[in-house]
This record gives sequence, C-alpha cells and structure tokens, in this order.
Amino acid sequence: MSWNTLQQNREARLQRARTALGNELDGKSLPAARIADLLHAAIECGDRVCLEGNNQKQADFLGHALANLNPELVNDLHMLQSVLALPEHLDVFERGVASRLDFSFSGPQAARVARLASAGKLNIGAIHTYLELFSRYFIDLPPRVCLIAAESADRHGNLYTGPNTEDSPAIVEATAFKQGIVIVQVNQIVDKVPRVDIPGDWVDFVVQSPRPYYIEPLFTRDPAQISEIQVLMAMMAIKGIYAEYGVQRLNHGIGFDTAAIELLLPTYAESLGLKGKIGKHWALNPHPALIPAIEAGFVQSVHSFGSELGMEDYIHARPDVFAIGPDGTMRSNRAMCQAAGHYACDMFIGSTLQIDLQGNSSTATAGRIAGFGGASNMGADARGRRHASPAWLKAGEQARAGRNTIPRGQKLVVQIVETFREHMQPAFVERLDAWELMEQAKMAIPPVMIYGDDVTHILTEEGIANLLMCRTDEEREQAIRGVAGYTPVGLARDAKMVENLRDRGIIQRAEDLGIDKRLATRDLLAARNMKDLVRASGGLYQPPKRFRNW
Amino acid sequence: METLNYRFEQGTRRLTAPPEVVGVVGSGNLEVLIEPAQLDGACTIEITTAAVGFGPIWEAVMRDFHQRWLLADTRISINDMGATPAVVSLRMDQAVQTMLGDA
Amino acid sequence: MKRHVSYQEASARERLQQLFDPRSFEEFLPPSARVISPHLAQLNAPVAFDDGVAVGRAQLGGVTVYAAAQEGGFMGGAVGEVHGAKLVGLLRRAVADKVAAVVLLVESGGVRLHEANAGLIAVSEVMRALLDARAAGVPVIVLVGGSNGAFGGMGIVTRCANVVVMSEEGRLAMSGPEVIETANGVEEFDSRDRALVWRSTGGKHRYLMGDCQRIVADDMQAFRNAAQEAVAAYAGQPAELTLEALEAEQQMLDDRLTRFGTLPDPIDIWTAMQMPDAANIPMLDVDSFIAAAASHRQGA
Repeated sequence: MSWNTLQQNREARLQRARTALGNELDGKSLPAARIADLLHAAIECGDRVCLEGNNQKQADFLGHALANLNPELVNDLHMLQSVLALPEHLDVFERGVASRLDFSFSGPQAARVARLASAGKLNIGAIHTYLELFSRYFIDLPPRVCLIAAESADRHGNLYTGPNTEDSPAIVEATAFKQGIVIVQVNQIVDKVPRVDIPGDWVDFVVQSPRPYYIEPLFTRDPAQISEIQVLMAMMAIKGIYAEYGVQRLNHGIGFDTAAIELLLPTYAESLGLKGKIGKHWALNPHPALIPAIEAGFVQSVHSFGSELGMEDYIHARPDVFAIGPDGTMRSNRAMCQAAGHYACDMFIGSTLQIDLQGNSSTATAGRIAGFGGASNMGADARGRRHASPAWLKAGEQARAGRNTIPRGQKLVVQIVETFREHMQPAFVERLDAWELMEQAKMAIPPVMIYGDDVTHILTEEGIANLLMCRTDEEREQAIRGVAGYTPVGLARDAKMVENLRDRGIIQRAEDLGIDKRLATRDLLAARNMKDLVRASGGLYQPPKRFRNW
Repeated sequence: METLNYRFEQGTRRLTAPPEVVGVVGSGNLEVLIEPAQLDGACTIEITTAAVGFGPIWEAVMRDFHQRWLLADTRISINDMGATPAVVSLRMDQAVQTMLGDA
Repeated sequence: MKRHVSYQEASARERLQQLFDPRSFEEFLPPSARVISPHLAQLNAPVAFDDGVAVGRAQLGGVTVYAAAQEGGFMGGAVGEVHGAKLVGLLRRAVADKVAAVVLLVESGGVRLHEANAGLIAVSEVMRALLDARAAGVPVIVLVGGSNGAFGGMGIVTRCANVVVMSEEGRLAMSGPEVIETANGVEEFDSRDRALVWRSTGGKHRYLMGDCQRIVADDMQAFRNAAQEAVAAYAGQPAELTLEALEAEQQMLDDRLTRFGTLPDPIDIWTAMQMPDAANIPMLDVDSFIAAAASHRQGA
C-alpha cells in the first residue's frame, strides 16, 4: 500500500512542467509567455485550485491564463477562492475549465455567479466567511495547486508580499504542506527581497507578470459623499454605544456609515472627552478616513487584513500605529486579522441591506449570489473567548441579567443602517430576500450575513435598539420595529410596547442620548473631502486617481 | 409628480418670522417653504413629489411632525425629489427651527 | 474648533447669508412669491420655488451691492426662463438704482435644455443685461467656486464680467468635459480623468491664462474679501467694456493660440510659460501658487 501518493503525484507534475518548459525554466522562474504551458502541465482535471482573488489584490495574470486554458486538456476544476472580483474569475466556468466553487465573496460578480449557477456551469459547494474557508484548506479542501500574487521574489523563490500580503500565507501553507504546487506571479524578480514573507522552500514556480498585479482600493470613501443622516447615526453610535460600553478594541465593516464614525472621532468624540477612552486598537484596513483620528491621538494600533492603495507613504511614516516589519514596510494578514477581529475585539459595527424581525441581517438579494466576506466572522459572538474586558462584561451582563445562567461576556455586534435605502427600499422586512435566493440557488439554508442572536444593537436614524436587554421574542420584534421608522415594519409597531421599551432604555432616541440633532451636519466631519484627508496626513496620503480632481 | 395635501388642527404654536425656505430640490433632497398664514388656526402642508405612490408614508411623517411642533396658522409647501422620510423630517424640523431663530 | 467655512459645500442661500454682511441680504421675488418655471411644470418635472436662483440686495462691508446666487443642487444651476429673467431684472435694477456693483455667485451648467429656446434666450438676455450694466457704470463681479463650475452660457456670462474670482475647486469653461469627449474622442479629452478636467478648467489654470483675475482658497471669508476688494477697486472707476479692452482681449487670445495652441496638456502650457515645477502646480496651496504665478501669468 502506498502512503506516498501525494508526493509521487507532485513529482509527476513537476516533471511534466520541467519537460514542457525545457531550458526556459531558470531555477524556479519561467517567462510570462510560457504560462499556459506550465498550467497545462501542472494542473490535472478535477484538481482543487486556489486562485488569489482576494478582497483587494488579484493574481490577475494567472487568473487570466487559467481562464484561457484548453478545456479539453484541463477541465472540471474545483475553484477555491476568497473573492470573485474579475470577469476572468467567471470566464473559467463559462469556458468549462472549472465546474465547482467554494468561496467567500463575489460582490462585483454576484449576478453573473447566479446566472452561471442556474445554467449549471457553476456548482457552488458553499459560501464561507474568510477564516472558515482558510480553515477548510487545512481539513477537507486542501488546494492541489495555488496561484498567488506577490510583490517580488528572489532566485530561490523567497517571496515578499509586503503591505498586500492578505490571504497568501494561509493559502501557501495549506498547499505546500499537502504536497501541492505553488505558482506565483510577481511584479519583479530581485536579487534580495526586502523581507521574506513566504519562504522559497514552499514555492515551486515564479513568473514575472507583464503588469503589476491589480489592487482594488476598496476601503477608500470620499467624505464628500457622507450625508447629514449618516453624521447623526455616527453621533448616536459614538455616544450611545462606544462611550456607553467603553469600546477600545474594534472592527468597522466597510461603508460610509462607519467612515462617518471614523471622521467624527477627532471632533464629536473629542468634544465628549472620549480620547483615550474609545477606539485605541483596531482590526481594520488602513482606511484613509481614519487618518484624522490617528493624527488626533485616538488610535494606538491598527492591524490590517490588506493594505489600501495610496496609503503606503502615510503608513510608512506611522510605524507605531501599523504592522510594520523590520524592513520598514507593512505586512497584512487576512487570516490572523480575521482571528483578531473575532477574538480580540469587543465590537463589530457594520451596515447591511435587510434586517428581519428577529434581527437576522443579510445582504443577499434575489438574482445575486454575493456572499459576505468577513462580516459573518466579525459579526459573531466569540463563544470560545475567555479573557474579560469592560465592554465584553457589560454586554454579557445586560444579556443575562435576571436569567439563571452562568455569567459570561458577549461581543457587541452592531448593525447600523438607514431605515430606507435608495429608491425607498425598506431596510426592515418581514421576510429576508435570502429565503428567495435559497430557493433560487437551491441552498440548504437561507444565506444570512449575521444571525439575530449575535446582533446586540440595531442603530438607525430613529435611534438604537438594544437587543441584549430584550427578554422575549416579542420584545425583540417590537424593539426592531421601534427603530424601523416609517417602513411598513416600523409602521406596524405596537405603539404602547415601543413606548414601554423606550421607558426601559431598550430603545433610545437621539434626544434620550442627549444628542442635539441640529449639530448633525457635515461641519462635524474632521475631513469633508479627499483634499482634507490629504492635508490631515501632511501630504503623505496619495489618493488613487479616481478619487482626485487634482 | 404627485401632489399631496394635509391639514392639521389643534395646533398651538404660531410663528411670527417672515417666510423661510430650507433645503434644495436635488436628488434625494427637498425644499421646505414655511410661512405664517391665516388658516383659522390650521397647519397645512402641500407636497409636490417626484416619488409617486408613497402617500401613507408621507401621511405618517406629517402626523408625527405635527405632533412634535403643533403649529397653527402655518403653511408649509414642499418640493420633493425622492427624499427619504429621515431627510424629510430633518428638513422640516430645520425649517421650523429657522423660524424660531435657533437653527 | 475654529475651522474654515467651505464656499463649495455651502448652498446658494448659505453663501448669501455668510458671504455678505450678516442679515443684510434682502431678497427680491423670494420663494414665497412662488415665481416658478412654467416649462418644468408642463414637463412634469420638479420645480423650485425660486427657480434655482436667489436675487436681491445686500451689504458688503457696508457697501450696498446687488447679488445673485445660483443653486447648483437644482438642475445643476442651469438657467431657465424665470431664472434668467431674475438675473436680468437684477442687472437692470442695479442700473436704475445706481448700486456700487453687482456680485454674481455663479454655479451653473449653462442653458437649461428642458426649456429649449426660452432657456437660450434667457442666457443671452443675461449677457446683454450684464454688458448694459457695465456700460451704465455698474461693475459686475463674478465668483466661481461651486462644485458644478460655470459652464456653457454662464461660462460666457462670467467672462463678460469686470472681475472673476475663482477657487482652485471652481471650474470655468464653455463645453462640458463629457461633451468634448463625445465630440472629439477620449484621446482628445478623457472626461473621466478628473485631474485633467480640473487642470484644464479649474481656477489655477484660468488664473494662469488670465481668464480670472483672482484666485482664493475654498473659504467663505476669502471669497468675501476678494469680492469686497474688487468692488472697492471699481469705486468711481469706469466699468464699461471698451473697444480697447476688447481688442486687448483678442490679442491675448491670439497670443495664447500662437504660443500654446498645439500643446496637449495644461502642464505643457505651464512649462512653456516657464512656471517652475509645472507638474507640481496642482499640489500647491493657494498662497504658494499665487507667489509662483506672479511673474508668469497672463493678463496680469
């Protein structure tokens, strides 16, 4: 009986590759023009292939090559991928090179994913949250081949992944230690990398791509687009939750609502005397909107999932704050940062598209299979956690007061959303669109981003509903209706019950928090446009072209 | 475009300042014109809106507005271009506060 | 927290309240008069009670001026029949009342196409009324600092004024960027290259080319000061457009074409003008820019 099949198979692939590339294979590196030959040799039909579609960086050269392979030679691949961001991520299914997919997020391609799935060309294993997907790479979904992107490599294949390290370490480790093949596209091949992020011993093939790998500036938000309503909600978040629980360690979900909070720290939070009392430690990408808060001394540390285009020089000038290596440049790590966001943060706050009467929250809509990225992980109580903090203990007490259970803490999970979205679509619904999507896409369960029993607070322009303090399903439902404003869900409230919940502090309006709505103007933002952010950074922040008019 | 009209009685607060306008008729926004008027104590609100079919929501918003301020002999005219109830309430409150001289 | 007040962020009415002496603005044809556009109502389109422009009398440092502010948020500030008539009426009344100046806070895409010929006629009447006011000795000062800029017919109106004050964020041109791209192709002008658009039509380039006489920071106080100084400079001075001035303008435009006509990008023009470190000009703050431009700008 052979116990060595993986290694034997690996050797066979490497041999085929060497033969195919001949003397154009120089150590580990091959010319870009020969990439198709390498992939045809190294990949076998039915393989699990992990491609770096990350949230930000894309191994676009490799992804394009994969999508254009000959489906008669290579087909039925099982794609493992964090994010489906580029058209070629779906072309690979359209052309019959791949047939199966396990992933986390597909925002830009969500409609096409749904179409291909219903056409039978794309068989979805499951949607995952990032950390969950990486975990399965070590258990039942080890990649046979991984296609990743790095800044640079040396002749030994040592890789520098730098600020945009993102998912690479988890992917490469899982692949290399199951005898898989690791193929990397790099921006340059150098004599000496600034820092070894991934050791060459784990790397098989390196190709310098014709263009640097693509990075999406996903986390940049132009302050000019923040509305007065968002300023009001940010004020309520800061006074009603951050100050109330003393939130020092947190993660912000992506969006303008949280960008408004970031920009209110040096102004509104400062005026409340909160510097040093909230917002010290962040699991967060380097949001440009956080610059004023960093400069004002609110922020002590930021650990990131990835970097953000344009922030390089600013990060470099703030080594006390960011995760800077001995070489002076940043490293990000999505797996570790997701773990940090889960266990080492006391609060997650983010936005959503829909919330139902139990507080289940989802961005799933019919006709689009998008997944949730990291939100499901961040927005979940960390039941394995054992260390205490004031915020965690206070939330746990509120949830368990009057109940006969052993005391423990709880993570604050806040959903911040306006009651109506664009085109007067209500954010509060009796039944999530996720149910419809479940039927359409034949999923086992409706795709929910954050489960109601993890949500601790819902914050709208109408106020804050504290679900920790609700003791029955009915109270919970009315608390939600009580902040759902003029949506049909809100209008159907039991007015008496909602008044009672307000008296008990379960619902708090802006007035109850002592917030003067007349202060909720854009003047309260520490930066009101991209230029203000650049000025706040002392000229170090260089916004990407699409955000600049200079 | 849709035009909606509301009339509320039992108001107690009369405004004495000259007419004011607040807001801009841009996408997702509205302008609110507020004027003292001889209306036998009533507060009337006329809304011309580009977002058609939201009558019940407008009514609920206007009722709550009247409950908050109980204006009398006041005429309010609105040109709306798809503002959400949040923005509508905000602008209307801003309009009253401007009239009261404490905006 | 003492912070500067952004002119660009402010609405038209906020600009009138904050730029002129406190509480000095008295409106002609206020919103309560409901002089609205008959054309928009017919088209089942939203109207504004002031048709997108507020006109009236104000004090600027104690000096009485007539003022108008266009609301860029309403139809991009575009000029319809009523809107144009309010501006024309203001300019004519300025002559009748012999005020020190007319100050126009321009923010407009030009003619309101919805109103077709009525809009076109309205804008041309504004041009004529402005030149008549100048001929009657009333100087016209135009401020351009809103996010919609001064385009189309209102770009032309702006250039008919005695003094144009711009911020770097303001833009002044005839054709809009999308129109140029559609007509001449993306290689000629990529309208989505926002840096290019502002480089070509923004305050700094206009200042260097002599199309505006003052450039200020995006700050209410800065605009106020510049307006006040411009009004003061014209006290007791002739304001009319003379044949001489027109010929000088024509000469300047001729020179511009000769010297810069073939250059593809404003940076090339600034280099040809021997501005030091031309590529860095967009990055300069206003004071540094004014200093750097001092000995190089056209029309000084």
